[in-house]
Amino acid sequence: MIQLVPRSEVSTLWQFLTPVLAVLATMVAGGLLFWVMGYDPVAAIKTIFWDPLFGMASSYSRPQLLVKAAPLILIASGLAIGFRAGIWNIGAEGQYIIGAICGAAVALAAYPSEGMWIFPAMVVAGAAGGWAWGMIPATLRNWFGASEILVSLMLVYVAQRVAAWMAFGPMKNPEGFGFPGSRNLQQYPSASNPELIAGTGTHWGVVAAAVAVLATWFLMSRHIRGFHIRTAGLAPRAARFAGVKPETLVAFCLGLSGALAGMAGLFEVAGPAGQITDKIGVGYGFTAIIVAFLGRLHPVGILLAGLLLALTYIGGELAQLMLNLPAATVQVFQGMMLFFLLGFDLLTRFKIQRRVVA
Amino acid sequence: MKRRTLLASAAAASILTLAAPAFAQDEPLKIGFIYVGPVGDGGWTYQHDLGRQAIEAEFGDRVETTFIESVPEGADAERALTQLALAGNKLIFATSFGFMDPVMNVAAKFPDVKFEHATGYKRADNVATYDARFYEGRAVMGTIAGRMTESNKIGYIGSFPIPEVIQGINSSFIHARKVNPEVEMKVVWAYSWFDPAKEADAAAALLAEGVDVILQHTDSTAPLAKAQEAGAIGFGQASDMAAFAPSPRVSSIIDDWSPYYIKRVGEVLDGTWQSNATWAGIGDGEVVIGEITDAVPAEVKEEALALKEQIASGEYHPFTGPLNKADGSAWLAEGETASDEDLSSMNFYVEGITAAIPQ
Repeated sequence: MIQLVPRSEVSTLWQFLTPVLAVLATMVAGGLLFWVMGYDPVAAIKTIFWDPLFGMASSYSRPQLLVKAAPLILIASGLAIGFRAGIWNIGAEGQYIIGAICGAAVALAAYPSEGMWIFPAMVVAGAAGGWAWGMIPATLRNWFGASEILVSLMLVYVAQRVAAWMAFGPMKNPEGFGFPGSRNLQQYPSASNPELIAGTGTHWGVVAAAVAVLATWFLMSRHIRGFHIRTAGLAPRAARFAGVKPETLVAFCLGLSGALAGMAGLFEVAGPAGQITDKIGVGYGFTAIIVAFLGRLHPVGILLAGLLLALTYIGGELAQLMLNLPAATVQVFQGMMLFFLLGFDLLTRFKIQRRVVA
Repeated sequence: MKRRTLLASAAAASILTLAAPAFAQDEPLKIGFIYVGPVGDGGWTYQHDLGRQAIEAEFGDRVETTFIESVPEGADAERALTQLALAGNKLIFATSFGFMDPVMNVAAKFPDVKFEHATGYKRADNVATYDARFYEGRAVMGTIAGRMTESNKIGYIGSFPIPEVIQGINSSFIHARKVNPEVEMKVVWAYSWFDPAKEADAAAALLAEGVDVILQHTDSTAPLAKAQEAGAIGFGQASDMAAFAPSPRVSSIIDDWSPYYIKRVGEVLDGTWQSNATWAGIGDGEVVIGEITDAVPAEVKEEALALKEQIASGEYHPFTGPLNKADGSAWLAEGETASDEDLSSMNFYVEGITAAIPQ
């Protein structure tokens, strides 16, 4: 019989090494998969991990990494705080969608007037929308003890229906010949979130992601609330004795991660995506969970993990284009990465022992 | 690519440009496709990919095609299109409605690349649009449905309440009622183009209401499987779905993009390509009626095929007055036919359909 025994001490070195190992293992396992499928494994791995950074069209794809990574980092920064406290917001995708809708609602209501106030108001509305959607599972947990995991996840599907309703109903572009989807905010200067410096991919969402990394780092390592969060995650009883109210913490974590996800949605809908459609949610909220864990729930780790996941997206597309690899590759890759990470993680915290049957 | 080889190939490229007329024929035309679904969906994307393969078969070494599948509509589409353009594709087909704004953005940045956008309405000097008159095929299906139903209830699984789908519902209903004045139409929305589980649910809901003929504007075979269990009949959609013949699949409406794709690629090759809006139907071979099986009585089959011929020759338009809107207001007078503008923004049911279009 094989048995898992907790290690008395978790090595700090291995904490840092496991994400790297997980990525390497993904490359090897992915390479094997490509080889079995009849593709050149080295070329495939190179196309996914190298070419977007240093390949032929990298002057285009490098800025795109930022565009793709920004929402992931923004969302994951918020999720990580909750995860540290043992509060599991799985529904960032829904908060992202509602944030996008609320932010876009401000813009569509203001259309066609121009003004400096419009974009900031949209950001506030986006954050508020995400916050409110996050507060639903928080409230249900605090009042009725409902699992925030299930409630937040279920609310993703509700949010998707709301997005479809908006795209086909109240927000439908009146000049769109009856086709679904809102006005394109890219074509509405006061509401658009354009590239700030041409050719860099940097839009306000990228700036916000950078600020979020710094702010969450400060919160977690320098602020008393961060201390409470960490204590609550490690030793809930001790936290209670230290005067931490679990209800406050649940509301804070779900509200904050919701607000950040909502902002990510707003920046996306005002920028790269441009309009509210029924498919405004493209999975950033779920991928951000991988980013948070791959980044060890640490702000700097999340920054790197976000960029890495963005790389797999863009490299995966490139691999389709150049090598005719199937689209599902990217998802298989991302899945493998989380799988290996969790696997290696288990081994850093536990050791395998043969149990002697008496 | 190493810098040195990059420089070398750049030098080679400039020599090639100098000698362009002599070498132009040797350089294959690169053609890119972005698909909204996987090529294995057996429906919409699958048919577009058959079109791509038809291009390769027709032009051989003179063309080189690539595709990116399962591209989400929105920001990701813009990047995929840009990558196709950067990779040297000179003609790019974007095969879903939701790619419209991304196509317009990318086309503005690559004026020497030609774009073809399916089912959209925005055009530019280097952006053409194309679509198929699916409602012509629906008229034929509606005729069969009206004759075949015993419960006098026919069901329609809609994807999204957009003009293209509403045209299909109206056209089916008009022609079903023409051959069977007792017929009623039930509509269920799946809010997806391809989702076997939702489509099966939609079919089950229709069957529970006593529907015995199901039409679908969604791409999976799930509704046919449900119809089979219940002893009802249905039609193949987008592709032939011949696996369900002779029953429940009694006929099908097939999108055949090959003729259009081959024509447009030929025009790029001989330099006559121009941006325009193409809306082709049965007569052009873009909408194909799949084999009508023996589950349909011979006289019904004959009637359906006769209607198909009339539509193909242009002798008959499926939307010919007198027709009223569902709210009772007049739409087309006796003998009047619907204009393309009317059709492409259609957001109402014709008289006789009691459901409401979700807004």
